[in-house]
Amino acid sequence: MDPHPVYAPPPVIEPGHTFNTVTEQIAGIVLTRRHPYSWFFGVFVGFMMTMMLLMAVTWLLIKGTGIWGVNIPVGWAFAIINFVWWIGIGHAGTLISAILLLLKQDWRTSINRFAEAMTLFAVVCAGLFPLIHTGRPWLAAYWLLPYPNTMGVWPQFRSPLIWDVFAVSTYLTVSLMFWYVGLLPDLATLRDRAKSLPIRRLFGMLALGWRGAARHWERYEEAYLLLAGLSTPLVLSVHTVVSFDFTIAIVPGWHSTIFPPYFVAGAIYAGFAMVLTLAVPLRVLYHLEDFLTLRHLENMGKVMLVTGLIVAYGYVFEAFFAWYSSNQYEQFMIYNRMFGPYWPFYWTLILCNIVVPQLLWIKGMRTSPAMLFFISMFVNVGMWLERFEIVVTSLHRDFLPSSWGMYWPTRWDLMTFFGTIGLFTMLFFLFIRVLPMISIFEMRTLVPAAKVKGAKAH
Amino acid sequence: MDHKPPAAAPYGVMAEFEDPTSLVEAARRTYAEGYRQFESYSPYPIHEVFDAMHIRDKRVSLIVLLGGLTGLFTGLALQIWVSAVAYPLNVGGRPYLSWPMFVPVTFELTILFSAFAAVFGMLGLNGLPMPYHPVFNVERFTAHASQDRFFLAIEATDAKFDLARTRAFLQGLGAKEINDVEQ
Repeated sequence: MDPHPVYAPPPVIEPGHTFNTVTEQIAGIVLTRRHPYSWFFGVFVGFMMTMMLLMAVTWLLIKGTGIWGVNIPVGWAFAIINFVWWIGIGHAGTLISAILLLLKQDWRTSINRFAEAMTLFAVVCAGLFPLIHTGRPWLAAYWLLPYPNTMGVWPQFRSPLIWDVFAVSTYLTVSLMFWYVGLLPDLATLRDRAKSLPIRRLFGMLALGWRGAARHWERYEEAYLLLAGLSTPLVLSVHTVVSFDFTIAIVPGWHSTIFPPYFVAGAIYAGFAMVLTLAVPLRVLYHLEDFLTLRHLENMGKVMLVTGLIVAYGYVFEAFFAWYSSNQYEQFMIYNRMFGPYWPFYWTLILCNIVVPQLLWIKGMRTSPAMLFFISMFVNVGMWLERFEIVVTSLHRDFLPSSWGMYWPTRWDLMTFFGTIGLFTMLFFLFIRVLPMISIFEMRTLVPAAKVKGAKAH
Repeated sequence: MDHKPPAAAPYGVMAEFEDPTSLVEAARRTYAEGYRQFESYSPYPIHEVFDAMHIRDKRVSLIVLLGGLTGLFTGLALQIWVSAVAYPLNVGGRPYLSWPMFVPVTFELTILFSAFAAVFGMLGLNGLPMPYHPVFNVERFTAHASQDRFFLAIEATDAKFDLARTRAFLQGLGAKEINDVEQ
């Protein structure tokens, strides 16, 4: 029955597509007036939550960080937890667009555009927290940026917090450029397809006069490949630097050499979970099952399983090294994490990040969009709890029992956090309305008609 | 434009093809015929066309290398100058020029400058942004070049260009349609 006895992976685009059907289906989402009601619902919810965020930030700027639950000994809480959570989510976008490009994984083509958008919006949400965490963001200019000021002071370049500023701002800038360069040919397509003059003018300006000349394509591909090559070490460095924020300190539970790789794996894990959280509803809502096939979903499930196991390895070795170090503070930290006042957080984290994702071993789970969505939600929650554990349980009971304390978020903490989820949702829904969420020109290369006859495969 | 003389010299002649294989073949034969000032247009990159037209531009890589080196030295110079010259802080007698601590920022700036060089180098060499280009005067081009058709334009600046003969040559390549491109 099967003419190919040797295993061949299923195609990354359903058969029967031509240049026109691909272009029409993806560009049509942007250039149509009609949109599903769920889109309006999504934008509305996102907008309302963004307003809540603005309110929380405004109150913070008026009153100061006293409105948050932070106090000594836990002086660093929701702001850094949310920062690390968001920045980690962003990492999957770069992994898909850069690392999978270098590895010539053709299944990345239909997910890279919206994964990159996800990266940008996640980094925007992440960047908000360091800016506001002092409650006095206008002072951050001379703390963080090296510019000649009248006070004659300069930033401390030996501090990981300064490294963070450079890493995250570079990451945002490079991701934005990578995304825009990838969009150029599609903006030209939209310019040529748009019916109304203002829309055509708008896309025409954004497309910079792109005309698809062969000499342009050649330099374009070279620049794109180089950007991918540059983004790959960049994305690994960003979460490494983020983990340095912790490891450079001597607090038990932070001062650990396993942090950089474990943070990077956790970032990719969280990011793929978020890509799945977005991809599963999108393909149903916009009828993109032909482009976002089950093979894509299954591959993302596999990446999640692998990175989840690396994260599990990190948890095991955190506990092992605490025991092996014979250091009573380290040992107490891990005991306190598991059985101290925050024990429900720890065991929920283990359930979300280690137990539930083991379902991904089963092929039926990896190929069921509903199950993948369900598992990815667990991972989203679990990865947030992981950062909560690392930050709060390490700080709240350290060396001196007389200075122990507890941390609980206030309503302003929660409003700020859920507000950024709203901001992310709103930006993402606006993005799928105004720009093609799948790279049209790269999808054209996957159409059977795109092959040059008689040419060697490359 | 109204004020242009009607008999302005054309920009060139453009042929339209239906599939990538014909375009590659046409580009190969155009090059073999001795034309050099011609360009292929496609809705996605086709490597065989680059080979057929003998395109190989390594300048983007060079610009990126220069950008990266600029970033590297900017990062190092900035941190050394700030930490050892402009604002030296004595922390427990540790050296001012503690270069291992300068690695992360230097690394990030190297990447940042390289990426700027890649994007702006590519756009600059391609002459973009370019708000006007003669090829868009061809209606078929505007309607299809960025979507589903393949075009090849021989430009009037080419030494071998002769309106009638070049037209006939393109016809012989099996073009689906031939259009004169106005300046």
